Amino acid sequence: MKNKLSHLAIPYVIWMALFVVAPIIMVVIYAFSSADGGFTLANFGKIGTYAVVFGRSFKLAIIATVICLAIGYPVSYMMSKEGPRFQRIAMVLIMLPMWMNFLLRTYSWMSILENNGLLNQLFQKIGLIALYNNIFGTDLQFFRMMNTQGAVVLGMVYNYLPFMILPIYSVIVKLDNSLIEAARDLGANSMNVFRRVILPLSLPGVLSGITMVFVPSVSTFAISKMLGGGTEILLGDLIEQQFLGGAYNPYLGSAISLVMMVIVVICMVVMNRFGEGEEQAVML
Amino acid sequence: MKKTLALVMIMVTALTLTACGGSSSGSESKDRVVNVCSWGEYIDEDLIYQFEEETGIKVNYQTAESNEVLYSLLKTGAGDYDVIVPSDYMIGRLIAEDMLAELNYDNIPNYALIDDRYKGLSYDPDNKYTVPYTWGTLGIIYNSAMVDEEITSWDAMFDEKYAGQVLMIRNSRDALAAALLDLGYDINTTDEAQIREAYDLLSTAKNNGIYQAFVMDEIYTKMEGGNAAIAMYYAGDYLTMLENNEDLRYVVPEEGSNWFVDAMCVLKNAQHKEEAEAWINFIAGTDASLANMDYIWYASPNAKALEQYPAYYEESYGEPLDQETFEIMAAPAGVLDRCTLYENLPAETLALYNELWTELGI
Repeated sequence: MKNKLSHLAIPYVIWMALFVVAPIIMVVIYAFSSADGGFTLANFGKIGTYAVVFGRSFKLAIIATVICLAIGYPVSYMMSKEGPRFQRIAMVLIMLPMWMNFLLRTYSWMSILENNGLLNQLFQKIGLIALYNNIFGTDLQFFRMMNTQGAVVLGMVYNYLPFMILPIYSVIVKLDNSLIEAARDLGANSMNVFRRVILPLSLPGVLSGITMVFVPSVSTFAISKMLGGGTEILLGDLIEQQFLGGAYNPYLGSAISLVMMVIVVICMVVMNRFGEGEEQAVML
Repeated sequence: MKKTLALVMIMVTALTLTACGGSSSGSESKDRVVNVCSWGEYIDEDLIYQFEEETGIKVNYQTAESNEVLYSLLKTGAGDYDVIVPSDYMIGRLIAEDMLAELNYDNIPNYALIDDRYKGLSYDPDNKYTVPYTWGTLGIIYNSAMVDEEITSWDAMFDEKYAGQVLMIRNSRDALAAALLDLGYDINTTDEAQIREAYDLLSTAKNNGIYQAFVMDEIYTKMEGGNAAIAMYYAGDYLTMLENNEDLRYVVPEEGSNWFVDAMCVLKNAQHKEEAEAWINFIAGTDASLANMDYIWYASPNAKALEQYPAYYEESYGEPLDQETFEIMAAPAGVLDRCTLYENLPAETLALYNELWTELGI
């Protein structure tokens, strides 16, 4: 049964082939090439050196994803329980920051978090820093927030939170209310309704939310460069450095990209398997 | 469905990571165009409009972060530029790799205005490829309200006393130069042991938490806002920062430093060579040099413009130019004597620099 409109997908297929498949093939070719063009596995041999960077990137991305989920799920759930007017306004408010370029928004976090930035000036004014110094016997001039891993996680959560909220919300808001009524009829209390009906049914939204937060977080380089200060680089920085930085080595950069992609794909496949299992268990 | 979504996300990520860097528009139309790539905050932008008005040539003005980024852009073919403004050592490398076009100096009469001191330098000994744009020194910038002593040595960049208050430059050549100078070595050394020793100095300092961050253009807000006490950067940029924070000081350390020339070059594969030469000629002129100097605070190699600048300043602002400021912009002979020009390093040394620089980031 061939869809009559399927030829409308041709532009997209061409687009994908040119700009998605072709670059990936190039990454693979580069990853297995040496500077003089021959085949080599040496690029992968070097990756062991960067295990720390892999570890750090995955750690921060996982933390950011967990925080986004912990904030995003309740927000989506509450929103879906409110009237349509509230939902519309809330949606606009969530989308609003995204109308502005994300580099600019991250840049403004710099002036908020700096040693002499807005937050520290505020803490100074209200005496919080003096209070802290009194209690702990320290001699701080400011709280160090900028150029830390915490600042990088904050940047990730701030930038990617809408990508967690939107998919979860769109799934919960479409839940068939009769399912909840049926559960109530069968004697489930509200805790059980949430745990055994709403949560499992919203899982697809949660899974896309996790993907949409985790993948950009693990590969970001702008956020870590601006808020992390470049003293503890992430995978994205490492890869960017190979292509655009002082160390021009696209072969190593491609090898790192490839390894990162493979790890991310494995994570996603495992997670989706797990998700499918859950859904089927619920269906049964 | 969600599987597809996951896959698409992954692919998009891969795409953005590998294919970053845009290319500028093609040259199909009859309009005359010149594609220029320079550094951030490095031109009086009025000059662009002035040039467009005078010649009818449209200028696509873009910037790169550092010589190394520029080199990567050229190598990956992401940048489709006609005129670039690299520094001395990078020019040497681009010439060695046959990436620059020989200029037709008949189209650049203003080249005659360039002081002989900036001609025949090691990167372009026969004056075939370049027209100098600016020159200046590399030094230490510090905030006198945050540092009690007068800083005179590169030691300050590695001193535990200033842990967490120092900004290191995010550029392998300059960062290692600071360490080499502090150890008393030549900044153009090719001795692996010396370079490794310099790297150790840098990485120990990093591991001891001396560096708050590695920065390039982010330095402006950080130093101006008193968020860091000490940094190393270029004299011209220091003068821009000084306009926003009077506590800042600049010093060319006693161990010596780097003095640099940034020069305009045309790429071998440039599509608009004639327009490029018109642009270079315009920028090298005395009026443009004066306007530029006033805006970016980098000294011009145009002898007449440099000589006229104090008068120009007094006329524009109604007050005389501070002699100290002028000498930071255009370092006098006494300071220049202890400064060295970077030379292009041999391939093995460059590879070592790259390897060490990536290692430092981990």
